[in-house]
Order: sequence, then C-alpha cells, then structure tokens
Amino acid sequence: MSHAKAQSKSVLWDWLTTVDHKKVGILYLAAGAFFFALGGLEAILMRIQLMFPEFTFLPAQTFNELLTMHGTTMIFLAAMPLLFGLMNYIVPLQIGARDVAFPFLNALGFWLFLFGGILLNVSWFAGGAPDAGWTAYVPLSSESPGTGIDYYVLGLQISGAGTLIGGINFLVTIINMRAPGMSMMRMPLFTWSTFVASMLILFAFPALTIGLLLLMLERIFGATYFAVDFGGNVIIWQHLFWIFGHPEVYILVLPAFGIFSEIISTFSKKRLFGYSAMVFATLIIGFLGFMVWAHHMFTVGMGPVANSIFAVATMAIAVPTGIKIFNWLLTLWGGRIQFTTANLFALGFIPSFVMGGVTGVMLATSAANYQFHDTYFVVAHFHYVIIGGVVLGLFAGAFYWWPRIFGYKLNETLGKIFFWMFLFGFHLTFFVQHFLGLIGMPRRVASFLGGQGLDEMNLISTIGAFFMGVAFILFVVNIFVSMKNKETTGDPWDGRTLEWTIPSPTPEYNFAQTPLVRDVDALWYEKYEGDGKMKAAEPLGDIHMPNGSFLPFIISLGLFIASFGFIYHLWALAIAGMVVVFGAMFVRSVKEDHGYHIPKEDILNAKGGK
Amino acid sequence: MKYLWRLLPLSFFLLLAGCGQQNLSALDPQGPVAEMQFSLIRLSLYIMIFVIVVVFAIYVFVLIRFRERPGDTHIPKQVHGNKVLEVVWTAIPIFLLLILAVPNVMETFTLADTEPTEDSITVNVTAHAFWWEFEYPDYDIVAGQDMYIPTNTRVIINLESSDVIHSFWVPALAGKQDNVPGNVNDMWIEAPKEGVYLGKCTELCGPSHWLMDFKVIAVETDVFETWAANMAVPAEEKEQSESEVLVEGRTLYEQSCLQCHSISGQGGFGPDLTNFGERTVVAGYLKYEDENIKDWIRDPQSLKPGNGMPAFPDFTEDELDALTEYLKSLKVLEE
Amino acid sequence: MEHQHTVQQTLPPNPEKATLEGRNKFLGFWFFLGGETVLFASLFGTYLGLKGSTHTGPGPDELFSLPLVFIMTMILLTSSLTSVFAIINMKKGNYRGLLLWLSVTVILGLAFLGFEIYEFYEYVHHGLGFTTSAFGSSFYTLVGTHGAHVAFGIAWITTLLLRYRKSGLTLTNAPKFYVAVLYWHFIDVVWVFIFSVVYLMGIGG
Repeated sequence: MSHAKAQSKSVLWDWLTTVDHKKVGILYLAAGAFFFALGGLEAILMRIQLMFPEFTFLPAQTFNELLTMHGTTMIFLAAMPLLFGLMNYIVPLQIGARDVAFPFLNALGFWLFLFGGILLNVSWFAGGAPDAGWTAYVPLSSESPGTGIDYYVLGLQISGAGTLIGGINFLVTIINMRAPGMSMMRMPLFTWSTFVASMLILFAFPALTIGLLLLMLERIFGATYFAVDFGGNVIIWQHLFWIFGHPEVYILVLPAFGIFSEIISTFSKKRLFGYSAMVFATLIIGFLGFMVWAHHMFTVGMGPVANSIFAVATMAIAVPTGIKIFNWLLTLWGGRIQFTTANLFALGFIPSFVMGGVTGVMLATSAANYQFHDTYFVVAHFHYVIIGGVVLGLFAGAFYWWPRIFGYKLNETLGKIFFWMFLFGFHLTFFVQHFLGLIGMPRRVASFLGGQGLDEMNLISTIGAFFMGVAFILFVVNIFVSMKNKETTGDPWDGRTLEWTIPSPTPEYNFAQTPLVRDVDALWYEKYEGDGKMKAAEPLGDIHMPNGSFLPFIISLGLFIASFGFIYHLWALAIAGMVVVFGAMFVRSVKEDHGYHIPKEDILNAKGGK
Repeated sequence: MKYLWRLLPLSFFLLLAGCGQQNLSALDPQGPVAEMQFSLIRLSLYIMIFVIVVVFAIYVFVLIRFRERPGDTHIPKQVHGNKVLEVVWTAIPIFLLLILAVPNVMETFTLADTEPTEDSITVNVTAHAFWWEFEYPDYDIVAGQDMYIPTNTRVIINLESSDVIHSFWVPALAGKQDNVPGNVNDMWIEAPKEGVYLGKCTELCGPSHWLMDFKVIAVETDVFETWAANMAVPAEEKEQSESEVLVEGRTLYEQSCLQCHSISGQGGFGPDLTNFGERTVVAGYLKYEDENIKDWIRDPQSLKPGNGMPAFPDFTEDELDALTEYLKSLKVLEE
Repeated sequence: MEHQHTVQQTLPPNPEKATLEGRNKFLGFWFFLGGETVLFASLFGTYLGLKGSTHTGPGPDELFSLPLVFIMTMILLTSSLTSVFAIINMKKGNYRGLLLWLSVTVILGLAFLGFEIYEFYEYVHHGLGFTTSAFGSSFYTLVGTHGAHVAFGIAWITTLLLRYRKSGLTLTNAPKFYVAVLYWHFIDVVWVFIFSVVYLMGIGG
C-alpha cells in the first residue's frame, strides 16, 4: 500500500486501523477520559446517596453496583489508559524513536482495553452491574446471582490482556529503540517510570489473569476452588488478587511520579536533583511493590508472624518514597519556580501525596490496622494516594504535554481556577473521611444510621465531591475554548527533553533524523552547551513506516462477541467469536506487512515548511 | 510551653473523640485491646505529623524563596545531587519507622495471643447474611444479635461464617477480624466498664451489609451469670404466661416462626429470640417499636434486602398484635 | 534501520537477531515468557493450596501412575531436543533440516497431547471430575492450561511450517522459527515442574 493510497482513506478508517503510537496514544486518552467521566459520575451518585443518614436516593443493590463499577472503572478503564495514552505518545519521543517496537500489538492492546471496558459497562443494561466490589472477594462474587460478575471477569480479562501487551511493548521499545547516546541513565524520569511500571505490569497482571480465570471457571463451569463445601479455600482469591493488586497501585503511581519529575524540573529550570537516586528509588519501589501484597489482608487470619513481616516490609516502602519527595523539594530549591498550571498540579501533589503516604504507613502498622481496615480511613488513604498522586499527575501531564499532543495550549487562567477548585474539593471530600473511619464508619456501606455522629462529615464530604465534579467540567470547557491557541514553536515551555525538539504538530515519523543524545536533559544540554539544536545521528533519508491494520479491531471484536457466548452459555456464539479471533491472528501471521516508505523529499519539504 | 506541647496532641484527640460516639469510636477506647491500638495510632500519628511538618516547612520555604519574580530570567545552577543529603533522608525515615515497627510487632503478637486463661470465657461468633449468632460453648447457649459479656473478663472470640466473608468490628473495644467461611479466626476483647458497645460488619457482604449491626453488652459478672443461666433454661421448663394474648402469640409463633427462630434451645437456624424482649433495636437497627416489629414480620425484604427471612403478609392485624406481644415478653434478665 | 526483506544468498550467523524487528521480537518474547512464568506460578500456588482438598473424590496417590507420566515427560523432553536440532540446522543454513526436525517436534507434541487426553479420561473414570473437589478443579486447571499451551504451540509451529514450506530461510521467518522454539522450550520446562510438583510429590507425599 502506498502512502498516497493510505491518505485517501476516510478519517474514521484511519483511526480504526492506525498503528501510529501517537494516534494510539490519543485514542487511549480519549477513551480514558470518557471512562474517567463515567467513574466520576458514579462517584457523585454515591456521594449524593451518602449525603444524609438513611437517605433513599439509591437502593442498596444499586449502590453496591456503583461502588464496584466506580473502583473498577477508575483503576482499569480511566487511570491506566490515561497513563498509557501519555506513555504511548511521549515515551518514543523522549527516547528519540520513530516508532514503538510493536506497532501492531500496541494497537491491539488499545482495542482490547476498549472492548473490555465496553463489555464491562454493558452489564448495566443486562440485568445489573457487578456488585462485589472492585476486589470481587469470593464467595460473595462467586455466588453472586445474575451476570454482573461474569461481565466483570470477562471485561477485565480482555482489557487486562491489552494492558499486558502494552507493557511488553513499552519494555522492548525502551530497551531496543533508544536513539544513539540515550543510555539508560540518560533517560527522562517519565520514561524510566514507564519502564518500571511496565515491568510491574508484566509480572503482576498474570496473577490477575489466573484469578479471573479461576473465578470464571468457578462461575461458568462449576469448578470448586473457592467452594468451601467442596474443600475450596476463599483466601486464595485474595492472595491472587493482591499479588496483582498491590503492584497495580505502583503501576499507576510510578508514571505519575515520572510526570512530576519532568514538570518540576522544567518549571524550576533546574536539572532533576539526584537523578540516579530517583531512578534507584523507582526501582526499589517497584521491587518492594511485590513483597507487600498481604498488608491488604491483615484481618483475614494470617497469624502474627506473617502480619509482622508484611507490616515491616510495607513500612520500608516509605523510605524510597521519602527519597523521591526530598529530591523533588531539592530540585525546586535554588530554582526559578514558574507557577504554570502544570506545575501547580505538580506542586499540589507534594503535600497531598505526603498526607496519603503517611496514612499508608499508619495502615501498615498491623496491630492498629485492625481498627483502620475496611473503614473510611482506608477510603481516605487510597483516594489521597490515587487522586493526590495519580489524578493530579494526569492533569499535570495533560497541561504540560497538551501542546505537544494536540498542537494548542490549554488556557492557563481557566486551568488555574480548575486546579484550585479541584484541589479544594479533593481535600474537602477526603480529609474528613479519615475521621469517619476512626469513629466507626465501615467502607462500602450503602448508607449509615443517623445519630451515630457521622452525619456532618458525610455532608461535608459530599459537598467536596461536587466541587471536584464542577472543576472537571471546567477542564472539559477549557479543552474546547482553548482550541484557537495554536502552538507552533514545538517548545512552549522551554523544555529539556527530546519531545520538545520536534516541530508542532508532531510529524508522523517523529524525527526527520534520529537525534544524537549527549546528556540527561538532551535538549537543555544543546541549548546551553551546543547551538540549541539536536545533532543528527544519521543522514536524512527515506523513512520506513508500518502499514495500518484493521486486524487489532477484529481480534478484539471477536473476543467481545465470544464473551457473550461465555456469559450466556451460548457455546456456538463463543466458538464463533474465537474463530474470528484465531482467524484474524492467522491472517496476521501469514500475511507479511512490508510497510511503506516516506520519501526523503517529503521530509525535506516538511522541514522547509516549518 | 513544655506542657502546651504535651497538651496539644491530647486536645486534638479529645476534639476528635468529641465528633464520634463513645460506644462506637476507635478514638475513645473502652477496653485494653482498643487502648493498645489507640496508643499505636497515636504513636504513628505523632511520627507522621513530624514528617508532615518537616516536609511542609521545606516546601513552603522553597516555594516562597525560589518563586519566579517578574523580570527574572536567570538560569539557575544545574545541580546534580548531593550524596550526604541522600544518605540523611534515607537514614532518618528508617530510624523513624523502627520506632513504630518495634512496638507494632510486639502488639501484633500480644493481640494474637488467644490462649484461654482460667477465668476467660469463650464466645463462638458465626456471621450470617445479615445477622450475628453468639454461641457460648461453656454455657451451652446461643444468642442472636446481642453479645453479652461479663466485665473485666478476658473474652476469647472464635469467628466463623456460614456464607460469605464478614468482619467483626467493635471499635470501642477492639479492631476487627474477618469471619471467613471454612476458617476459624480468633481474637480477644475485654471490657472493664459496663456498657453497650456498637458493632458493625466491615466486609462487603451484600445489599444489607450496612445494616449488619450488633451490640456487645458488658454487664457485671453476676448479672452475666444470671443471664447465661436463664438463657440455658430449656423451653419445657419455662413458666408460660396464661394471658390470652400471649397464649395466642405463642401458638402463632410455634406454627410460623419456630422452624427458623429458636427460643431456649428449641427451633431452627435463624436468629435466636430467647431474649428478644430485651433487645433495644429490631433487625439490628430499627427502633424497638411495635410497628417496626410488625413491619418486619410482614415484609422483611423491604427493610433488609437480601436477608434470609420470608415475608408473612397474611397475618391479620390481631395476629400480629398477639405475636408482637409474645415476642416482647421473651426476657431472661428481668421479670 | 534494516528493511531488507528479500531472500539473501548469505544470511548472517544469527539470522534471528539480524534485524531490529527480529531483536524486538526476540526480547519481547522473553518478556512474555516472564509473564507466563508468573501465570504458571499462580496456578502452581493455587494447586499446592488445594491439593489436600479432595473432598469425597480420589486424591493424587490413588490416581497418578508414574509410568504413564514418565513416558509423557520423556516424549516432551525429546521434543525439546528435536527443536534444538532444528535451530542448529537453521544456524547452519540447512533449511530442510529445520523443517524436518520441527515436524518431528510437532509429532512428538501431538503424541504428548494424546497421552494427556488419555490420562484425563482415565481420571474421570476413576471418579475425579473437574467439579468433584477443589483438588480436582485445581489439578485439571494447572495441567490443562499446560496442555492448552502445548496445543497452541503445535498449531503455531504447524502454521509456520506450512506458511514457509517453500520460502527458504529469510530474515523475516528466522526470528519467527526461533521464537516458536523458545516457546516450546518454555512449555517443556513448565512440564518438568508439573512432573515434580504435581506427580512426584503427589505420589511421594
């Protein structure tokens, strides 16, 4: 297929078949933002229900479905894809690559995630969403009537496969595709954290895959791993889930750390303080992330020895995290701090996350954990970590990289109003929840009884949630009103890293010539030690690009169809879906893609037209 | 000044305790287990407040001191890092964590020591969706919803579940442990003072998870012994009232309720009602009023969705009155 | 970047790693196997947690027959060896040898699968169904997942053999053959663990 022919196809077809990491990144961002709004709406509905004691805004069953879907959606369908979107777009640019290692698999990863997410949400219209919490503890989940949990199992299985593929793609891209001179210890922190997070994905997600497989076999084929009457054991699920689930927290937060490192360094006009310590701390956090899963299970009766070991191991994570916090502070120290919206989010993160971190250490105190566990204290803690860490990171990254990705700058004034409103709402919502937990409010309650001292703080919390909701609307408004602020310099923030060396909008092939990297903060080095432009590592020539493919969409659609066959025991449908899947895989394996070349002249023209 | 420092955190906790209810708050412990846990919470909080203060101080200083002033275009010095500082902020947190980790490990073991002593009593707690069953193996009795314990006595609790996972939490007396089907977990509590302590299920267990409340009622030892002895009196040895209403109520009960609800050791698998007349709530949470008892019998699903009791819509108003009167007469402590 | 896809007369000594695509595939596949390791570790963990939970059904010591499993182990180990021969031939540039030894590998894989189906059939007749007990469920899931991997490996290698039966060795298909053989070795290693942990420990203890 020639380049000209590819361009003649419709825009829709182009997006459905794209294997360009930048377009896949934008698809991730768009889908993630949709699910983020959906999960937020679910949260608002729950907070309305909890506004007043014994309020009857929602039936308890609906509330349980909402709490399950809110958690599942936010973790798997919002936070991860949004991060994946940024990683997809930015990481290849940061390492000076033209493409990712596996463009086809990368697209497949996206479509699997999207179809998995859609499948999960179809449950709302098919007799009820899953209702056993995002942790889906057995036997509540294995014995839950209806099909909600089946949708949960298959939806997550499909989107989880997509995540795993995405993780492997990032790992190989980062190891094999770096530009000349970009040694591992010169990689920007966002790329480093993507690398470590992908490592965690690789070793954590298979545990979830098995957990979900067992739950599916138990529910659909009558297996008895969790059926106590047949000798089953319900704790196995919790181990499998948290062996995945705890690293998952770091999969989310490490890339956010990476984003903050980029932004704080850029807007204090200083090199990141203690770069190697930051890298080392990221690795240590990633490693310890696998050693602490059972701190979610202090009350299931593991015994004092196991509880003590996991308590101490968990506390140890505070050390590398502290190293990071102090390195950020020392990066700011002596700098020239610019309070852009992106940097406001990064600066708002530091105190918010410290508060989430210290409650984490409190929770790690196993003996005291018996009081905290499964109360609103825990709810407050993980929202401080996930909103204070991940969500602020996503917004920071959005404001920072928006001009790179979409070619225009978001409005700073609106952005700052959004920031303050969101931050205020966030603390208002979750700060009081620490105390709600301590004075006797369990988590995952559909309502609470009046006269137990819980009324006022719940009302305050709900008001805070409204602030966050309204703030998010401001962000959406910002996206549309700012479209006219075209950004054409390619380097709006006086950037330090390779993604700011290329023209805006980003060319399809990223780099006309692969750059030569001479230091950490490659662009900054050239600005102050060189002539402000990257040295080229290769002569200008034709650039080879992979062709688009519709097969990732087809494979994901096949799994989507097959899932209905499994859920409703329609075996013909299940087989038909799997035939589509394997058929498409077979076509891919047999039909070789030779790609196409962008001629040298086109590249020269683009350079000249800049 | 020195005293002020010591008073500050204390008043902080008093303030917090004021928000909560004394018989429900982990911040106002009423027994040795909760006290131990509260002291750990305080210790961890002090350390954490110290950390927060240090970080916030540097943070605020940096933001003010190094903010970009109008017209300032200087390029800051590109510092690489500082080994001494890295060591310092690695070592200090480790030290702080040790201060917390050591007492935590000790207390984790203290709390796990559930060997019965000479004068301890044992209660087997079985959680059901959505109610609690308390079996006293030493006394051969079973009670529903209200867990009576003697004051100043170590109570060993064995936790089980008949269906999904639940969790047993009485914040004022002790942190929680899970009721796991197929496993037995244990813990211990002690209540020095008489009182009614509220308990809640803290593991999502279905639509009425939020209504799965119970009470731990601590009474003087002799009152407890009386209670236990009266609970143990078999049904056939109990004096029955001759009052017409109560006789009718009892007949209805035997026809319709006894299959599930035991009284004095007679009857099925549902919540025991031997001392129903001494409850202070209906179904774990409703006000103890005739109307609520009748509503519950007519249609329990509307009050606690997903519970195991069928509806009895066919009772006449008179029958319900008689049944309610009979239920209210079921007492073991007072005549 | 290399984008020379036409058949060359002289291939480099390691054709599977000669192109960037090949190196990516090679590295990506190693990572994939890392994930697969966790996958099987989770299944082993589940099995070890439940192997005593035989409920009313038969237990490992009543079912497992060492001779049968020993034959299966030998077949699979031999198939791994034949796949090594295939790669040696590939590196020597002997394409026919590669195809031949891979065909032998596929046949041995099919034999292994046949024995496994027979084995499961026997166990069901001795009263261990998939839903009989937690032990039964976890046993069939662990060994069955391995069996599914073997089946997938057979389908994969067969597809490669048919697709490239006439093309000769190229820089495009060399990494594909190499990676498929890597997968086959992995399956073999997993079986060695199954043999020791499930069968030997099941009979011995």
